[in-house]
Amino acid sequence: MGLSAAAPLWGPPGLLLTIALHPALSLRPAKASAPPHRDYCVLGAGPAGLQMAYFLQRAGRDYAVFERAPEPGSFFTRYPRHRKLISINKRYTGKVNAEFNLRHDWNSLLSHDPRLLFRHYSRAYFPDAGDMVRYLRDFADRLRLHVLYNTTIAHVTLDKDPRAWNGHYFILTDQKGQAYRCSVLLVATGLSVPNQVDFPGSEYAEGYESVSVDPMDFVGQNVLILGRGNSAFETAENIFDVTNFIHMLSRSRVRLSWATHYVGDLRAINNGLLDTYQLKSLDGLLESDLTNLALVKDREGRFHVTLKYLLEETNQTADAITLPQDDNDNFAMRDAYDRVIRCLGWNFDFSIFNKSLRLSSGGEFSKKYPLVKASYESKGSRGLFVLGTASHSVDYRKSAGGFIHGFRYTVRAVHRLLEHRHHGVPWPSTEHPITQLTSSIVRRVNEASGLYQMFTVLADVVLLKEGATAFEYLEEFPMQMLAQLETITGRSAKHGLFVINMEYGRNFSGPDKDVFFYDRSVGHIEDAWQSNFLHPVIYYYRHLPTEQEVRFRPADWPLPRPTAIHHIVEDFLTDWTAPVGHILPLRRFLENCLDTDLRSFYAESCFLFALTRQKQPPFCQQGYLRMQGLVGNERLRQHGVESGLLRDYAAVGKHRKDSTRQPRDREPTGRPRAPEPPAQAFNHDKEEL
Amino acid sequence: MMSSSFSACRVGFSFVMMNIFYKSVGDSLPELSPQKYFNTLQPGKASLAYFCQANSPSPSIFLEELNEAVKPLQNYGISVAKVNCVKEETSRYCGKEKDLMKAYLFRGNVLLREFPTDTLFDVNAIVAHVLFALLFNEVKYITTLEDLQNMENALKGKADIAFSYVRAVGTPEHRAVMEAAFVYGTTYQFVLTTEIALLESIGAKDIEYAHLYFFHCKVVLDLTQLCRRTLMEQPLTTLNIHQFIKTMEAPLLTEVAEDPQQVSTVHLQLGLPLVFIVSQQATYEADRRTAEWVAWRLLGKAGVLLLMRDSLAVDIPQHTNVIFKREERVPVEFLVLHDIDLIVSHVENNMHIEEIQEGEDEDHDMEDPDIDIQDDEVAETVHRDRKRQLPLELTVELTEETFNATVMASDSIVLFYAGWQAVSMAFLQSYIDVAIKLKDTPTMLLTRVNCADWSGVCTKHNVTEFPVVKMYKEGGNPVSYAGMLGTEDLLKFIQLNRISCPVNITSVQEAEEYLSGELYQDLLSYSSGPVLGLFSPTMTTAKEDFTEAGNYLRGCVITGIYSEEDVLILSNKYAATLPALLLARHKGGKIESIPLANTHAEDIVQIIKNAFLETFPEITVENLPTYLRLQKPLLILFSDGSIIPQYKKAILTLVKEKHLDSLTPCWLNLKNTPVGRGILQAYFDTLPPLPLLVVVNLHSGGQVFAFPSDQAISEQNLLLWLKKLEAGLESHITILPAQEWKPPLPAYDFLSMMEAAASRHSARKGPEYMKETGVQESDEEQHEDKSAIRKELTETLRIKHWNRSNWFKEAEKSSRHDKEL
Repeated sequence: MGLSAAAPLWGPPGLLLTIALHPALSLRPAKASAPPHRDYCVLGAGPAGLQMAYFLQRAGRDYAVFERAPEPGSFFTRYPRHRKLISINKRYTGKVNAEFNLRHDWNSLLSHDPRLLFRHYSRAYFPDAGDMVRYLRDFADRLRLHVLYNTTIAHVTLDKDPRAWNGHYFILTDQKGQAYRCSVLLVATGLSVPNQVDFPGSEYAEGYESVSVDPMDFVGQNVLILGRGNSAFETAENIFDVTNFIHMLSRSRVRLSWATHYVGDLRAINNGLLDTYQLKSLDGLLESDLTNLALVKDREGRFHVTLKYLLEETNQTADAITLPQDDNDNFAMRDAYDRVIRCLGWNFDFSIFNKSLRLSSGGEFSKKYPLVKASYESKGSRGLFVLGTASHSVDYRKSAGGFIHGFRYTVRAVHRLLEHRHHGVPWPSTEHPITQLTSSIVRRVNEASGLYQMFTVLADVVLLKEGATAFEYLEEFPMQMLAQLETITGRSAKHGLFVINMEYGRNFSGPDKDVFFYDRSVGHIEDAWQSNFLHPVIYYYRHLPTEQEVRFRPADWPLPRPTAIHHIVEDFLTDWTAPVGHILPLRRFLENCLDTDLRSFYAESCFLFALTRQKQPPFCQQGYLRMQGLVGNERLRQHGVESGLLRDYAAVGKHRKDSTRQPRDREPTGRPRAPEPPAQAFNHDKEEL
Repeated sequence: MMSSSFSACRVGFSFVMMNIFYKSVGDSLPELSPQKYFNTLQPGKASLAYFCQANSPSPSIFLEELNEAVKPLQNYGISVAKVNCVKEETSRYCGKEKDLMKAYLFRGNVLLREFPTDTLFDVNAIVAHVLFALLFNEVKYITTLEDLQNMENALKGKADIAFSYVRAVGTPEHRAVMEAAFVYGTTYQFVLTTEIALLESIGAKDIEYAHLYFFHCKVVLDLTQLCRRTLMEQPLTTLNIHQFIKTMEAPLLTEVAEDPQQVSTVHLQLGLPLVFIVSQQATYEADRRTAEWVAWRLLGKAGVLLLMRDSLAVDIPQHTNVIFKREERVPVEFLVLHDIDLIVSHVENNMHIEEIQEGEDEDHDMEDPDIDIQDDEVAETVHRDRKRQLPLELTVELTEETFNATVMASDSIVLFYAGWQAVSMAFLQSYIDVAIKLKDTPTMLLTRVNCADWSGVCTKHNVTEFPVVKMYKEGGNPVSYAGMLGTEDLLKFIQLNRISCPVNITSVQEAEEYLSGELYQDLLSYSSGPVLGLFSPTMTTAKEDFTEAGNYLRGCVITGIYSEEDVLILSNKYAATLPALLLARHKGGKIESIPLANTHAEDIVQIIKNAFLETFPEITVENLPTYLRLQKPLLILFSDGSIIPQYKKAILTLVKEKHLDSLTPCWLNLKNTPVGRGILQAYFDTLPPLPLLVVVNLHSGGQVFAFPSDQAISEQNLLLWLKKLEAGLESHITILPAQEWKPPLPAYDFLSMMEAAASRHSARKGPEYMKETGVQESDEEQHEDKSAIRKELTETLRIKHWNRSNWFKEAEKSSRHDKEL
């Protein structure tokens, strides 16, 4: 590393320049000094790597994916050990909206090809891991993604170069010593190192990665499982009908995903052991810190649980070990175990990355995940992004960023960021007149899958144009990066913005929360802010928040204190299109933020306004006055008259009473009132009295 | 001279007030004998006495009112008494007969005025008349404009004038003015009139109500200059006048350089907002001019201050140029308003809201309008119609699978809509109506895509808002429909698209048939036109431009193109120099020619569009926007039914003589456009008989002028009226309101609900702030005392049953320690 960084300084400048200008023409000797270049290098052809490859390919970028296995998705060829994926493959939703259906499809990657939807690969609600391997293979093949298989990147270093996009290149070296030079490095290697806890006797524990999956091997045994995640329960599920009992030991209490709303916590499909424990069937759960534990093997090859400090106390022989039950004869784990299985999850493989990349900070948490910002860029090296499961530190135990149905969107967000940073392509957006604002938001909260899956991580952003007559709509922006929105997206946020997010109720989720309490669902519009289930929340900011404001936001808030906030009340069907329950309160919120009237009007009303007022409501300005007014038909007119929102002018001459609605009559001082509908049903009667 | 005696009078006032407290009497009307009464009179002090026959039943209503007037008059140091004319003590004030009883006003023992009881009809009249008599010099009563002008001239450079008009003396408004004059009479010259003509002549509107103007004469040094006037917009009550005058006294513009949150002026005390114009050294001069201008506009409505940003310690958002302070202790609003009108309307609208709210407070019967009630007419009507089964089968529903195949296979119209979006659902009804009309005439395939279902299809076709109509024809690029979202216009678009645009005409004879309307007879009812472009075969660029224009106008104008070798036959016949346009405005009518040399497509479009604008159109809901584009005031003849030919003739003559060039003359048939009645109601308080002629200045000022209904609509009368109008001699009947369209109702304030809940919560817990990472925290935990861990460990292992509190602690701490897949 030191050498290669120094090379440009000492080497003949003329030669280097030639190499840089003509890499394609360079001959074999030159090739050795200047490795083949790629703008984008993706490490790992798992779901995240392939997803990124897809976006790079579609954008026509120069990229390569490096995969050590001979095919994509090698993790799934072995894991999960018991072959059942716990990601939902919901093939029927009763809806044809493809975007909406992705809300309930946890396995597909994003692509334009409808054949590449996972429901074509498995009929099972919880599919087999083999189907995932097949799917990923098809994904890479059909889309002709550039993957270099059988290429194990053994070492990654930095090469400082002022001409590089990020001031340095990433030099990747494979198992054959072949080097690759990359402007941007996208690490999608997942978590591949089994997590181990070091305690005396830990060597007696079998790992999840190698333990037998044949239940016959466990018949009539006492089994201790270390860990309390899905892999632990999955293992228990496989054998609990043939063992004497299973004890599960971990530091923390069990976290049920239906209580925490976090898909990484224990899923109901794996929780059969909870049943047997609570119904007194010998199986059981215990809490203790594993680092204080010790395992002792007796002469029969059975394992006894003891504590580290008891081992330290005296120099003991195997026969005379002090066991906790010597003091406390009712010690819970006084029975000997036939097997101990370690199911403690995985860590990121830091080993191939040179220290200069500063991927790890050395802290406890960062042993599992590399350090990244909310934009998924490494905190230590610019131009290095972490994708997929390894990027889960951003929303660990909060959202779905560690899982396919979450990171397929965060990968897209990273790609959009890169498109702007390196190719001047601003974050995609659509621009609309302000009259479309309510509709734009309603459409997204009803169908957007990225918002739904990556709730409180990715959010849509509405950027207002000057004078709030128009707006730009940006989808799925990493909301923690809000302060840097302008640099990341290349869009201007000078005139205020809305952030559209999906949230669970503040105090609803948690391992110890009763999520079935009576009155948990909120139906009244005015109580929308107390909604518990996932529901849309819209933040309004007059100015883009600063980094400081985002960092020091109030506890439990995903964003700094907004100028105003709106909750669309939770909906049992997650269908937020009710005209009065959902759309009307949203419109009122937007109107009050923008200080305007966002109602829609028929052409006739606009005609009346055009001739009786100097200013026109936005809907008339943007529609009727541009000769695109909404005419409506007689039926609708009749409804309007019945509702009191429209007047039957043909009858005006005949019924003089109607004229009491005239603003002028109402106001003896002759001062014009604030604009209002041609007539309002609710105060009409009173005025006649 | 008089004024000095009045300041004495005011001193007396406080003295009297003290007396009132002392004796805690004075509320009731003292009854005295004449002798006693005259003994009570003090020099310089005013007193009102009603003399009545002792034993006769007195006019009780009057006495009640007089009784009520005791207290208010005492506030002004005027005592009130009822004097009983007993036989033994007759006085010359005691009338001979009952009905001649009068009230008398004395100062000291000098009689100032006598009032017949019927002038003192109520408490307001009593107070008004008494003060009017006492303030004879302070309040000048005038009857003519000349009086007013003289007064104005006399006071220029000396004093300001408070000029008021009341309908009659003795009214509550009159009393309010007199009460104000009592306080401010020495500072300002009060002028009063009851002459409505006088009020009218100074250009007031709504003359049926009382008015108060403040004439700023003191600052006028040049005698030829007029005094600036400020109209008090609130109703005339004592309190309002007091406030109004206070604001007139306050400096017009104050310069400050301190935190606007801290600044307070008399305006805030009076319940009026403050407007800070943010300035900096560099732009000081211009800002000051702007601020002064704003200050004049907002005089009496808000205080205006110039805030020097440079020397300010507090931070103001960068682009803010106006700061609005609604009231004390309410956070100021930072605004960016680039127009004086915007500033003014912001203030007016904010004042307005308060006013409405106050009104609602007073009227408890009136409930707040419910914000959960739909006030969007389109949403409500569509919702009310939700149970109706539309004959949707008349149109083809497209899906992701069928879309491309369908629009490639046949010429199709596609409606993109969303099932939950009201506007597109309202239009879907019209669309179905079109389908019903076209049921038996196969033209184009009418299809629809529900974007709520097929959002991918819609996005792919660039449809991200609803509704959108596109025409897919002959496999070419789709054409977006840009007309009115209604049955008629869409039908027209579909019909006209049956032919290509422009149509290729191949012979002179065909061209003649085309121009006469024989060709495409069935289509002419849908369109304006026909238009024919004449080109010699070599004029390729000109032809291309024309073709492009024709394409653009497809669906509203029938265009044709002729460029055969014998084109000269046509160009000679219609005296057109090539390239040229021929257009027939009406079927069989005269054919006009317009030269087209070097005209670009967009200009051709404009030429054709303008050519089809009528000189005196019947204005309808559909065509108004076209005419509004001309940006001229409208001259509208409202007619109940068809227009009377002689009126039409009169106006067309004026058009021909170019007298109406600055206007857009049109007429409105209330039979066809009943909403016209709504317009008339907005213009007139009581609807005068039709026909009616008005000029509406929509684009500048919003004034509406009505042609006098007692005059016949003839050329001469009309011309004369228009001349007067132009010269500014006509006064408008109304000004159209210029408010911005504000939110019709407030929204739920979830932020404050959440914060209220949070503050209740944090009253129990300390404030928490988000920690960026939890790493630090967990590291600390690692250093916990080892023995404590041991203890905890054995304990937890011993406990078979969950210990709730321990369990809770564990769960809290554990967050990062167990790692799972």
